[in-house]
Amino acid sequence: MSLSRQEVEKVALLARLQLSEEELTTMTTQLGQILEYVDQLSELDTEGVEPMAHAIDMSNVFAEDEVKPSLDREDALANAPKRDDECYRVPAVLGD
Amino acid sequence: MNPPTYEIIIGLEVHVQLATRTKLFCRCSTQFGASPNTQTCPVCTGSPGALPVMNRHAFQLSLQTAVALNCEIPRFTKWDRKQYYYPDLPKGYQISQFDLPMSEHGWLEISDPDGAFPTKRVGITRAHLEEDAGKSMHDEAAGKADSRIDLNRTGTPLLEIVSEPDMRSPLEAKAYLTELRLLLTYLQVSDCNMQEGSLRVDANINLGIPTDDGEIRTPIVEVKNMNSFRAVERALAYEAERQYQVWQETGHRIGDVPKQTRGWDDQAQVTKGQRSKEESSDYRYFPDPDLIPVTVSEEQIDEVVKKQPELPAALRERLQANYKLSHYDADVMVNQGRALVDYFIEVADRSQDAKRATNWVQQDVMRTLNENGIGIDEFPINAERLAELVLAIKNGELDSSRSRDVFQFMMDEKSDLQAALKALGIEKVDDSVLVNLCRTLLEANPKVVADVQAGKQQAIGALIGQAKKQNPNVNPGQVREICLQLIQEMPS
Repeated sequence: MSLSRQEVEKVALLARLQLSEEELTTMTTQLGQILEYVDQLSELDTEGVEPMAHAIDMSNVFAEDEVKPSLDREDALANAPKRDDECYRVPAVLGD
Repeated sequence: MNPPTYEIIIGLEVHVQLATRTKLFCRCSTQFGASPNTQTCPVCTGSPGALPVMNRHAFQLSLQTAVALNCEIPRFTKWDRKQYYYPDLPKGYQISQFDLPMSEHGWLEISDPDGAFPTKRVGITRAHLEEDAGKSMHDEAAGKADSRIDLNRTGTPLLEIVSEPDMRSPLEAKAYLTELRLLLTYLQVSDCNMQEGSLRVDANINLGIPTDDGEIRTPIVEVKNMNSFRAVERALAYEAERQYQVWQETGHRIGDVPKQTRGWDDQAQVTKGQRSKEESSDYRYFPDPDLIPVTVSEEQIDEVVKKQPELPAALRERLQANYKLSHYDADVMVNQGRALVDYFIEVADRSQDAKRATNWVQQDVMRTLNENGIGIDEFPINAERLAELVLAIKNGELDSSRSRDVFQFMMDEKSDLQAALKALGIEKVDDSVLVNLCRTLLEANPKVVADVQAGKQQAIGALIGQAKKQNPNVNPGQVREICLQLIQEMPS
């Protein structure tokens, strides 16, 4: 199962990754190889086997609706590349 | 232009913020209006290694809503990651539900009190539980260089309720939203405050146009940015007309162009094009490995059904059947909320006079509430006292011509009926006093007696005025009755 360059370009766009021509070539090869590797699974006969939603056979883990302390704002914003006193700052997201 | 030459097809997606204290997957507060970025933690800011845990109450509220919307509740449900990149979504994906939502295939009945459209069931495709994103604020002052991000809202529990494309007019869409909001309010699962974003509406709309080659459908457009039900109604009316014009110009049918998203501009009263919507597969959903699936038992659903409060539709029917309210009056009353309905029912039951109770509650009580912008819980006359007032009128102890003064006094002075009557000098006239008064009047007015004896009963009217002048507390009905009785007893 191989991957086309166009498909890699599309995935990169969706992930907001800017790849150079060279990187695109490398990624197309490498991602294709990963898919081929995983594709070995399709050799298995899964006829009549329930699809699995989770690796752990467990359900209904809940937490009660009780407020616990949040992070201090200074701590929350500490690693932001750009910030002001209250908010994270990001390149303008206007235009849609 | 001639009457509509097309059919409007509308489906609605409603996002409702559930009334929990904490977020869906962490225990940060959901309190509205807090200072930016003071209600976040490693889970809702998407820090590596942080693990989400489902809020029990949020799931319970979703279940209650789904049951009330007549949905089927699958025994097994799970959560998926919906991937997209946006600055207000710190994890790079939203935890939502894809192929196994917690409920599907329900319906909600809508009707119009004025009969503008026939009562119908709008299908509910699904209702699923997901998390909200954060808020981006566009900083005009900073020369549009930056956007500011507040993550307080990130991870707040939302129930997304998706309808079938079953609505055929903007009016039906508004009726659906009104009924849905009422239902959610009665269930107390959300405060449905649109200003605070607790209820958000997106609409999908296209047209069916009959042509010589059979009916064609125009491309579906998703309309966003509608901040009130009135805006929804207007946006849809505008959009239908716009699509018809575009079709006339281009002939585009569904499938000819990618699905378009348009935003409603409330100032300009038009919809404006936004980015083309990514195809659903572009979100690359897959099961969230951090979350454990949820199973729902038959017993759990039974329990929810058992504890379900009376819903608006059932309440409307009960008011019509047991209290003889018109469809319209029942609708008005139920729309005011459960507390006002309970108030009315208590007044009607205590006074055993539903008709008078209806009039008093719908006219005098509701007018006062509206004028003062207060709820029934703040209204100075409680149901017991209003019932006494109604009963006094019903029993002829209080003349209806003075009842509004009594009502006003009881309201202003927060007094009960007896205190109001006393303060206003209104007292029940003793029967013997009343008979004596009538006898005196008849003796003084032989002409009236003669007229009545000649068959002109309305002549009594003149005596009622005189009686009231002599004693303002007399009941006109009683005066009439006694006078007629006395005349009848006279030897002719």
